[in-house]
Amino acid sequence: MNTLFSAAVPRFALRRVLTAALLASISLSAMAQTKVENAWVRTTVPGQPSSGAFMRITADVDSKLLSVASPVAKDVQVHEMSMNNDVMRMGRVDSVPLPGGKAVSLDPDGYHVMLMGLVGQIKEGDQVPLTLTIENDQGVRETVQVSAPARSMTDSMDMSHDHGDSH
Amino acid sequence: MNDLLTRRQLVTGMGIVGLGLLAGCDGSTTALNFKYGKDLSNKIMGRTFKLTDTQGEVKTLSSYRGLMPMVFFGFTQCPSVCPTALARAAQIKKIMGEDGKTLQVIFITVDPERDTPQILDAYVKQFDPSFVALRGTLEQTQHVAKEFGVFYEKEPIGDTYTLSHTATSFVFDSRGNLRLGLSPSLSAKQCAQDLLTVMEVC
Repeated sequence: MNTLFSAAVPRFALRRVLTAALLASISLSAMAQTKVENAWVRTTVPGQPSSGAFMRITADVDSKLLSVASPVAKDVQVHEMSMNNDVMRMGRVDSVPLPGGKAVSLDPDGYHVMLMGLVGQIKEGDQVPLTLTIENDQGVRETVQVSAPARSMTDSMDMSHDHGDSH
Repeated sequence: MNDLLTRRQLVTGMGIVGLGLLAGCDGSTTALNFKYGKDLSNKIMGRTFKLTDTQGEVKTLSSYRGLMPMVFFGFTQCPSVCPTALARAAQIKKIMGEDGKTLQVIFITVDPERDTPQILDAYVKQFDPSFVALRGTLEQTQHVAKEFGVFYEKEPIGDTYTLSHTATSFVFDSRGNLRLGLSPSLSAKQCAQDLLTVMEVC
């Protein structure tokens, strides 16, 4: 690492050091480079133990979404849905690639966040806190806090057709 | 002479039309020409299921005679394709207007262990109050899925599981003949068009 820093441009090196210092501290949000938009969580009916969270993520450099946490669920996982011959397949993924500058949709048609073991019913209008852990191609991790509003089933259908992005 | 011939031709023509209608309605398997969905008129599927609705009543296909049943398999903890398909079904009903009243959406759970009647009832009713949910024992669920050629499989995730399953919507005509398979990729509008074709037959 240090050999890299000593090469030529001191200002660049300084920035690196600062970044490292910031990383060491807890306040990572100051350097958030990842944009999260249109986040929402599906409402549940009483007794339903799980739900899904959906959003659009844009990282400025090649990154990956490592994990999501939320106080409303005991376990939060990222799943991928795929459709083959009208058979819907569901499975857990270790991470979601976030190519730099490209908006990646976590929607009902692909990757999505599963909130499992809900601590209570999610009602329309609730704000669900989500913490995303994202790692860039330098191995630098950042956390992004999101407050996702809960929307009903029928609403969410309209939403998924609203945001005319990459399907 | 000429008049007679014309009349005879007319009668013959009517006979053919009548036969065609009959053929559509009496359980024989005239293929239908759907624009978007898959014609299943030649498939003998889903005729003998016996499941329980959320009020505890035993239901068979004939319980829905006179209606146009649309059957979808899923589970309430399904984050994507199930709510999307049910929301689409609600939209289809709206698009069809008056005709939509004969559409009976039936949600069959492939996860009877976790989908209690209470959860199922609340779940389907939030899409449309007319939707019904059916549930069987594990054995009955296996049987009905097999009968429809529906695949489903538990996918373990940590100490719990999710499910993979066939996401086709199966449509019967009002006489209980299977007619149409609708892919999850179709829009509500496309589905509604094909459903009107089913209604024209029977």
